[in-house]
Amino acid sequence: MLAGAGQALPVVAGVAVYGTVWGTLAVQAGLSPLEVVLMSGLVFSGAAQFVAIDLWSSPLAVGTIAFATLLVGLRHVLMSASMEAVMRGIPPRRAYGALFFMVDEAWALSLRRVGQGGFTIAFYAGLCGFLYVSWLTTTLVGALLGRLVADPARYGFDVVFTAIFVVLIVGLWQGKRDLPSWAASALAAVACHHWVPGNWYIFVGGAAGMLTAILLWSEEPQPSHSQSGGGHAD
Amino acid sequence: MRIDPAALAAIAAMGIATYLTRIAGYWLARNVTLSGRVQAGLEAVPGAILIALIAPAAFATGMAESAAAAVALMVAVLRWPMLVALIASAAVAAGIRAVI
Repeated sequence: MLAGAGQALPVVAGVAVYGTVWGTLAVQAGLSPLEVVLMSGLVFSGAAQFVAIDLWSSPLAVGTIAFATLLVGLRHVLMSASMEAVMRGIPPRRAYGALFFMVDEAWALSLRRVGQGGFTIAFYAGLCGFLYVSWLTTTLVGALLGRLVADPARYGFDVVFTAIFVVLIVGLWQGKRDLPSWAASALAAVACHHWVPGNWYIFVGGAAGMLTAILLWSEEPQPSHSQSGGGHAD
Repeated sequence: MRIDPAALAAIAAMGIATYLTRIAGYWLARNVTLSGRVQAGLEAVPGAILIALIAPAAFATGMAESAAAAVALMVAVLRWPMLVALIASAAVAAGIRAVI
């Protein structure tokens, strides 16, 4: 539990800045502080919440906001598919509860922990609990105090997330065989980010990387998984 | 403090939509038998998504962002702590922006 919270610590610094900024923007868009806390607690997704306040208008287009949230969240589908292997030892009922808290950072740090050995549900709980409480607190602080961090880019805070994800990518590196799918993902994401508005590039890049791995897959004898019987040629 | 019914509906709909995306992949992976080929695809997803998250900033936004990503990469390859990568990246980005 403490290990999970400890791993979250560097990430929380970045989360805190964005929570404060989002809380400020949300109040300016017309949400009350209570609504800010409710949204942070029930949605718990920075990307979805930023998109939502961008669409927040009077009267509220509830359907549009819900649909945009669904699209922004599509990347979670790919992430939670990869969490199945991670959570294989955990009863499904608990896993369905735990996945409510699967923000990008919690997902990435969990996979890193799996790579290092020592992933437990207590680790995950500590990680998510710390992130959740930080998000709720800092979005409320932003809502109450107003313009605390007016321009995170001025202080370089905006690149913190890029740095976090770069470090996590290096941890995932397994060798040259990762290169084709990673290159496909980078190209697709940059192209999509350039031509398509919104957050589609995350999903499109992830899907491009996955498809590349699927296309390049060949049934060679793998050292770790000994396959018995006839191969499943599909 | 006020809660507007329409705002409450929007928040609830957002919560449900986000939760559905967070469990959909897990549900699919549990209930659909996957071939070796599809499994290889899923194994590529974590790296591919992380790359997609950073690629526009690292390669196509500006010098400050690219330099910050490069500094983080260097720190990570050297196996220094993550906090060092964060501070160094933020400092480099802020420095370049102050000069340009």
